[in-house]
Amino acid sequence: MEHIKELLYKMADDLLVIGHRNSEWTGLGPILEEDIAFSSMAQDKIGHSQALFQILHQLGEPEPDTNAFMREAKQFHNAQFLELQNDDYDFSTIRHFLFDHADQLRFDNLANSSYEPLAKVARKIKGELKYHVFHADIWLNKLGNGNEESHARMQTALNNAWNYALGMFEKGDYEEQLIADTIFEGEQSLQNRWLAVITPIIEKANLKIPAEKDWEPVLGGRKGYHTENLDQLVNEMSEVFRIEPGVEW
Amino acid sequence: MINSLDPRIKREQINEDNTIAPLTEMDQFETYEVFHQKKRGDQHVHVGIVHAPNAEMALLFGKEQFGRRGLSVNIWVVKTSNVFASDYDDADIFETVPEKQYREAGGYKVMDKINKYKKENKA
Repeated sequence: MEHIKELLYKMADDLLVIGHRNSEWTGLGPILEEDIAFSSMAQDKIGHSQALFQILHQLGEPEPDTNAFMREAKQFHNAQFLELQNDDYDFSTIRHFLFDHADQLRFDNLANSSYEPLAKVARKIKGELKYHVFHADIWLNKLGNGNEESHARMQTALNNAWNYALGMFEKGDYEEQLIADTIFEGEQSLQNRWLAVITPIIEKANLKIPAEKDWEPVLGGRKGYHTENLDQLVNEMSEVFRIEPGVEW
Repeated sequence: MINSLDPRIKREQINEDNTIAPLTEMDQFETYEVFHQKKRGDQHVHVGIVHAPNAEMALLFGKEQFGRRGLSVNIWVVKTSNVFASDYDDADIFETVPEKQYREAGGYKVMDKINKYKKENKA
């Protein structure tokens, strides 16, 4: 079961961390409608994360809330990409685009996983993921093809995000076993499909993926190596829960 | 400038002495009217308005604003400027003279017949 737990943890942590980061835009979004849409999607991510923590709990891990709020940053398995500060809406939009496509493709593959509890979750959230990706694609296109400033900002954000985004596909120790048991297609295959999907959308938005010779995935997140940003995030996220662990709110 | 890890604070560009720069004038997007359909075959019903730069994004926002709770299968958006409306000054065109009850459903007395029918068919 260790291989399944590894997969569940990295996914649950990715979703929890990006869900929290994106929720930081609540009340600050560029316009009211977008604020509501972005906040709502952030909540979806937390919900997806909760579903995965629930499976982990059934496999003998702590309760979802305890697991989410009582661990230290170094016990998190999320990619470093997701813990970075929001910076401005350009970076948040690019991250939303790059992560959500990977997320959708990952769940898409898991919908046919031999591990039924995970396949079930994947099938259930399909519609939400589709909306998230619609949303990301439309914004990318609009801002990439907007005016000179919006285009330049999106390109800069894409350049800054790229190597971190590649770090989402960091392999775990059980990679081969997950593939052999037809639980998950594996990170390499996922990354290839992701590139095939996002490349034409990025081109249509008049943006450029950094040259391949400069690709240097930022790894370590899956193994618990994180930036100081995750300490800040975890402290803020768990602040209330830790006042009185286990209490019913 | 206060340099915080919290983007909410950082973004506000608050000076050390705590004064916030005044807001610059903002552009407003135009508005779209949103119509929401609960199930296939139903009428689309007007549910509200969203600001959006184009129809595509109006659909995105409309879905999240008005379609995220309860049942939905479809959404329409129409530019507010494309809606032709009657004038409130002409609201009197809807006023009806009282002696026209024969044109209203209430003008037909049928309950007697219905009750009679029910009674007859009870057995």
